[in-house]
Amino acid sequence: MPDFGSRAVSLPPARTGRALPVNLERVPWWIIILILAGVLAALVIFTSPDYTSIITLLGSGIYLTLYVTFLAYFLALIFGLIAGLMRVSRNPILYTISTLYVEVIRGIPLLVQILYFFYVIAPFFADGFSKGIAITLPNVFTGETLFSATLRSEELAELFRSEVNEGIIALAIGYGAYLAEVYRAGIEAIPRGQMEAARSLGMSYIQAMRYVILPQAIRIILPPLGNDFVSMLKDSALTSAISVKELTLWTRQRSANTFRPLEHWTIAALLYLVMTLGLSLIVRYLERKFAIPK
Amino acid sequence: MNSVQPIIQIENVHKRFGKVHALRGVTLSVQRGEVLVLIGPSGSGKSTLLRCINGLEHVDSGQVIVDDIPVTQSAKNINAVRAEVGIVFQQFNLFPHLTVLQNITLAQRVIRKRSAAESEEVAQRLLAKVGIPEKADAYPAQLSGGQQQRVAIARALAMNPKIMLFDEPTSALDPEMIKEVLDAMLVLAKEGMTMVVVSHEMGFARAAANRIVFMDEGTLIEDTTPAQLYTNPREERTRQFLSKILH
Repeated sequence: MPDFGSRAVSLPPARTGRALPVNLERVPWWIIILILAGVLAALVIFTSPDYTSIITLLGSGIYLTLYVTFLAYFLALIFGLIAGLMRVSRNPILYTISTLYVEVIRGIPLLVQILYFFYVIAPFFADGFSKGIAITLPNVFTGETLFSATLRSEELAELFRSEVNEGIIALAIGYGAYLAEVYRAGIEAIPRGQMEAARSLGMSYIQAMRYVILPQAIRIILPPLGNDFVSMLKDSALTSAISVKELTLWTRQRSANTFRPLEHWTIAALLYLVMTLGLSLIVRYLERKFAIPK
Repeated sequence: MNSVQPIIQIENVHKRFGKVHALRGVTLSVQRGEVLVLIGPSGSGKSTLLRCINGLEHVDSGQVIVDDIPVTQSAKNINAVRAEVGIVFQQFNLFPHLTVLQNITLAQRVIRKRSAAESEEVAQRLLAKVGIPEKADAYPAQLSGGQQQRVAIARALAMNPKIMLFDEPTSALDPEMIKEVLDAMLVLAKEGMTMVVVSHEMGFARAAANRIVFMDEGTLIEDTTPAQLYTNPREERTRQFLSKILH
């Protein structure tokens, strides 16, 4: 890494003599407006018994929204890492499989993926595990069977019958494809000399990835990972289409039952906003915490 | 182990990058304890040759044998050779997310399976040797180029290599930092380390090298002693090259 420290340009002294102690153009006005709006909303909500009861009722929807989001994102991080490593691999088989996954998934709307998983893939696995899936491993040269077993498990079948699980897995598969590309970009952003230095010290490719490349790549991709986390929270609303009773579906049902869509949807929108802003703040904090000292 | 046998044997090595024929039948051997300096114009294949010694580049034909192990495509052989061969790069290539101490202990712990205490002791000793014991807890970006390169030397030495390769170690440095790096290399040379150095630092070559090899267009042109090369080069091409770099 070149050292620019010795040629640091000295900046002109800050302008003084302004009428105001703060630079008005630099004030984050959007945050101030949001805070004011938030305070106003809180006042309205907590002084009106209607709104207070709505917010209490929607609470269990929030729980499911967060549950689906966190679990699906966690799985997506793993799927994405595996697919991303396969995408940068020089092995043509691994590269082809992961590229197919990424391109197919990214070409289908997430809502369609969720519905497809719910109506087609999940029932296939649920039936399969319930009746038993025969696994045979033939010897390719002689044709004789080397290994044969029947996998039958009601627990596994049950896993594919719960719409919450189905929603989580479908979201994770969908987001995994996007995260794979994020990981790939991060790995490719690390200069080639890093891999060479690690390998020259005697590390294997996997050791070099684990100790040298990935720790740096993950720091680079924290902002896009954070963005996708926030997106996932919003897209968890799509699982309402397969009757996961998260915040959106809960709101739809309550507002239909009470004929008060305005109040319910306003609260739902506010709750989503609070959650996404909160997550953004956490992501920013993590970025700063893991920054490499300069 | 046979001490007469050269520690590095390079036999009729060819290497192509697409249409560029980078190495055209290079044969060279290095004895234990020898300090060999490779010079030549840019694109002459000297860095490529160096990188073939630890398998960072695979040869197209011919063979490279390091300490009786052939450097082939076999991952097992390559990792075995690399653990015995340290390399220092032009761009330092320190790991920016780790402190200086962690940079030096990482491979000791992962590859040599040393304990934390032992590897840190080794690291501290080597940092003292290259003259920056106080920088153990700094991050690479907080160091000057010369300090970074000295950490890179310490990192390579921590693996107790039998051979050290230097790929233009001072080319990316500001002039005032070149000496501190060369001094560290000089200490190594005096201790009897086998070294192959790609560098145009003639002062270092004169002070430390047993042999100096001039390369051009992928072939060895002249293989001689520094004194002989400077006073009376045999080949016309060597003469021309030296007249350009010695001003």
